[in-house]
Amino acid sequence: MTLLNRRSLIAATPALLAGCDKLSSSPKFLDLLQSGERANYGLQRLLQDRTALAREYAPNQRSPIFRANGTRMPQGDDYARHVATDFADWTIVVDGLVQRPVQIPLGQLRQMPSRSQITRHDCVEGWSAIAKWTGVPLKFLLDRAGILPQANYIVFWCADMMGNGTQYYESIDRVDAAHPQTILAYAINDQPIPVQNGAPVRMRIERQLGYKQAKYVQRIEAVASLKGIRGGKGGYWEDGAGYEWYAGL
Amino acid sequence: MAATDLVYRHRLFTRVWHWVNAVAVICMVMSGLMISNAHPRLYWGEFGANFDRPWLDLTHWLPPDGRFPGWITIPSGYSLAVARHWHLFFAWVFAFGLLAYIIVGLINRHIQRDVALTRAEVAPRYLWHDIKEHARLRFGDGRAYNPLQKIAYGGTLFVLFPLVLFTGLALSPGFDAVSHISALFGGRSSARSLHFIAMSGIAAFIAVHLALVVLAGPWNEIRSMITGWYRTHDTHGEPA
Repeated sequence: MTLLNRRSLIAATPALLAGCDKLSSSPKFLDLLQSGERANYGLQRLLQDRTALAREYAPNQRSPIFRANGTRMPQGDDYARHVATDFADWTIVVDGLVQRPVQIPLGQLRQMPSRSQITRHDCVEGWSAIAKWTGVPLKFLLDRAGILPQANYIVFWCADMMGNGTQYYESIDRVDAAHPQTILAYAINDQPIPVQNGAPVRMRIERQLGYKQAKYVQRIEAVASLKGIRGGKGGYWEDGAGYEWYAGL
Repeated sequence: MAATDLVYRHRLFTRVWHWVNAVAVICMVMSGLMISNAHPRLYWGEFGANFDRPWLDLTHWLPPDGRFPGWITIPSGYSLAVARHWHLFFAWVFAFGLLAYIIVGLINRHIQRDVALTRAEVAPRYLWHDIKEHARLRFGDGRAYNPLQKIAYGGTLFVLFPLVLFTGLALSPGFDAVSHISALFGGRSSARSLHFIAMSGIAAFIAVHLALVVLAGPWNEIRSMITGWYRTHDTHGEPA
């Protein structure tokens, strides 16, 4: 009986695994699984004070080296020219559902009210690194452009072209857009952000995972819906590889 | 002939929870191993990445890339995104199932009556006796859980399960912002390490649990967890 049991178990294992893989490729089943994530988004928004801060650390708790991931050097002549000129004429556009679209030169951004925070970067892969970031609260930029009430999402357009020839992009909701720790950062550990970490400016959205922290940001667009944008899922990794749009866990 | 008798051993709620939880835990362990494949190194402290020193580097144990083989992961081919879908869906089933089990078990006194060790059972002599009985593959008459069984169930239910649940929550930057729970475990990288260690404990429990089900008579054991009815046998009768 024991032997039979073990044999049938061994025989059943590949079938079970194949079954799991088959389920994983079924859109209906994936949709069911993702109901768990939608529930996570709902629950976190329910539990979170809209301004509950991610943990901040002391200077001596920082990682000795803040590793880079994803794009380390954007392709193309345009970006290379910006690197050569030390990003002197880099501008950030804020447009979309706003009263008055604005173009902010990098030099002007550095003069704006800023926030510094020593926070932890959590990659979806499982590693974490701590660094000090300095930048301008996104809310300040959106208010300056006069964001409209019907804008439900903020989309970040980046200068790095990905493998499939589309540029990196990411998006967040208005709750995270208004969060005090959500900043357009221009410095890491009191130095200009190096190319591999997103020079000259990148997003910090401290209550979400690393792939939301868009690097090489050129344009910030306020939109009503994410449906019409690229694959419609609100980000490069969301469209291309099925990662969750809400990366709060 | 040893005396045999059918006893009603598991209530409907216990049985339903057992199987739902079994599916959830196995799916979470297997999808969790795939998630580990994305960064097969574990660290202590608040941070930990490639330039930092891991206490466990799976690339040494699972060469060349530290990844668990496809037969033990969900999905079998590398996909962090799909593994996270499985993991974060069954996390709901696991967490609320555990909460329901504990609430119901305390109310109907299943936990106090059947899982909690009695004063007599924690005596070293009694435990030593039970260890010797286990070594002889004699597991009592099956009417009540024996002391080692209670320790295994209680340790899994009230130590490993809550530990894996709360260290899992600590990995979520959103929940961490609400609770700062990662500080409780000495940092997020420590929480990730403890999450892995708790998972290893649960996997060890499952292995021992399955082995003992087989040794104790699989059909009787499995039937009792499906129908509730268990055929007792007088282990103190004639030698087998």
